[in-house]
Amino acid sequence: MSSSSSQIAVYARIRRNPRFTELVAKRQGFATLLSVIVLVIFYGFFMVVAFNPGVIGKRLSEGSYLTVGIAAELFMFIFFWLLTAYYVKRANGEFDAITTEIIRDASKEVK
Amino acid sequence: MLARLNLALLALLAPALAVAGDAISATEKQPLNLHAIGMFVLFVSMTLGITYWAAGRTKSTADFYTAGGGITGFQNGLAIAGDYMSAATLLGLTALVYTKGVDGYIYMIAFFAGWPIILFLMAERLRNLGKFTFADITSYRLNQNRVRTMAAVSSLTVVCFYLVAQMVGAGQLIKLLFGLDYNIALFVVGALMMVYVTFGGMVATTWVQIIKACMLLAGGTLVAILAMSQFNFSFDKMMGQAISLHTLGDKLLFPGTLLPDPITALSLGLGLMFGTAGLPHILMRFFTVTNAKEARKSVLYASGFVAYFFNVILLLGFSAIIIVGQNPEFFEGGQIGGKIIGGGNMIAMHLAKAVGGNLLLGFLSAVAFATILAVVSGLALAGAAAISHDIYARVIRKGKSTETEELRVSRFASVGLGLVAIVLGIAFEKMNVAFMVALAFGIAASANFPVLILSMYWKGLTTRGAIIGGYAGLVAAVLLVVLSKSVWVTVLGNAKAIFPYDQPALFSMPLAFLLTYIFSTLDNSAEGNAERAMFDDQYVRAQTGFGASEASSH
Repeated sequence: MSSSSSQIAVYARIRRNPRFTELVAKRQGFATLLSVIVLVIFYGFFMVVAFNPGVIGKRLSEGSYLTVGIAAELFMFIFFWLLTAYYVKRANGEFDAITTEIIRDASKEVK
Repeated sequence: MLARLNLALLALLAPALAVAGDAISATEKQPLNLHAIGMFVLFVSMTLGITYWAAGRTKSTADFYTAGGGITGFQNGLAIAGDYMSAATLLGLTALVYTKGVDGYIYMIAFFAGWPIILFLMAERLRNLGKFTFADITSYRLNQNRVRTMAAVSSLTVVCFYLVAQMVGAGQLIKLLFGLDYNIALFVVGALMMVYVTFGGMVATTWVQIIKACMLLAGGTLVAILAMSQFNFSFDKMMGQAISLHTLGDKLLFPGTLLPDPITALSLGLGLMFGTAGLPHILMRFFTVTNAKEARKSVLYASGFVAYFFNVILLLGFSAIIIVGQNPEFFEGGQIGGKIIGGGNMIAMHLAKAVGGNLLLGFLSAVAFATILAVVSGLALAGAAAISHDIYARVIRKGKSTETEELRVSRFASVGLGLVAIVLGIAFEKMNVAFMVALAFGIAASANFPVLILSMYWKGLTTRGAIIGGYAGLVAAVLLVVLSKSVWVTVLGNAKAIFPYDQPALFSMPLAFLLTYIFSTLDNSAEGNAERAMFDDQYVRAQTGFGASEASSH
């Protein structure tokens, strides 16, 4: 897929813009952090399931059927979804605002 | 031990097929279910109406493949949920909770956890770089012919296996739910799929998936509310009764046979997470939205619906232990604890009947049928796009074909895929097709995903590395599945499996990454260097969306 020469010029300008480097570093760092949180909790839970399954069925309190396993999973469903909501909020707000600015500046200078 | 592992993964990757293994072998034709047929006819007429409307709006290739790119994030979120949650999800996972308790819940979190990762690492880059198929991304700066051909080959392999597995499951289910003959059921599913896709393209497919998702969410929720009302909406009360009545007793709350060791656990996580991220029909949905903003929102909504529904299924499964498991009406010969009428897959259906009578049973049956249609339509469209956009328009005609020509090919391809699905579905009727789903996920995770993610993240990737790594992942995935229990023992009749796991991703995926890395790094050709040089512009577009394909051409 080839880009037109004016597009290539815009790409080059965007790359030279320090705001672009900043945006990428910020957003990528944020996305990586959230991914690590999800993966660590998720595989951590699976390791407990594999190595110490007895913990999963433990009840949180006497007389209640809410177990460590069910509570942990319910927590993951809700927490992971909240993380996606947090990412979407920041990416669609803060990060996209910077993106729009960067593109506008680069397109203006080229013309 | 090994048999247990195999069983676990087999069950994991094909819940409906595996959980209902006994059901399928003993599928009996049920009496004609008039409520179900009535509701189904309603669904079909509605979707055919939409297809007629969509056909009038499907003029260009962009309309056909991506609904013109004008789908909103909310609509696409529903459609993704509709694409991702198959009949296996509703029926198989409910049965899993019913028989194995909390194991089923552990399973569901694995099905869910891939979505946040797809959002954080892939969604915006997919939208910013892609146009119609994921091959648009992998071949963005690499050799068009070779990389596209590879992507199309592995896409078609994934689509065909997944499609046949769905068709066989569909035939069995419809026979059970509607009392229709297996072959007739396949023709009905295949014919409707061809009509939706050929005439309505992505617009019709999207709406079929949206309607189906709404029906599934509403139906499941209604059954869950009616069931929970029998326990005064008390989770503790329900669990107390379930544990005292179930043969597993307290063991319902502990992990059982599904995840006995770390290798299985890791393999499960990898296979599901990255398999999902490499399924062509799921990836294609990211190109239907206006921009990266909407792509992100799609995942937010889709994962919300999926997470919600999985928790509904947990309630369905546990409440069925009491409501279905103690009702002689649902056991053969009226013997409680004996064989469930229609097999394990029918638990959710029996529950619907127990709490809502024939009307609710009919509704849920129609939901199951609609679900099958929505999933096979998405698959057929992805397959048609690989044939017409990747192979015909780009590789054979080198981008010189007209829109009309490409559209014609894509329609022929849809019809062709429909026929293939019907014929193979009939041919494989008596076979255990669980391996096909394992294969589809394995290939998606080992051939599609590594090349796709590296093409977006790694400047050093070259055509040579991508081709060697991608094909190696494809071959390794196929080979390992053939040597695993589901093919080597179940299909070929050997005594012992050579490869002890059913999901190959844990081994074939790292192999693909490693080979891609080594051969890209060693690639000193002028071509390779030119490809690396093009990464910088691609990177800016991936990050900012500048130059990304627009919703409507202007």
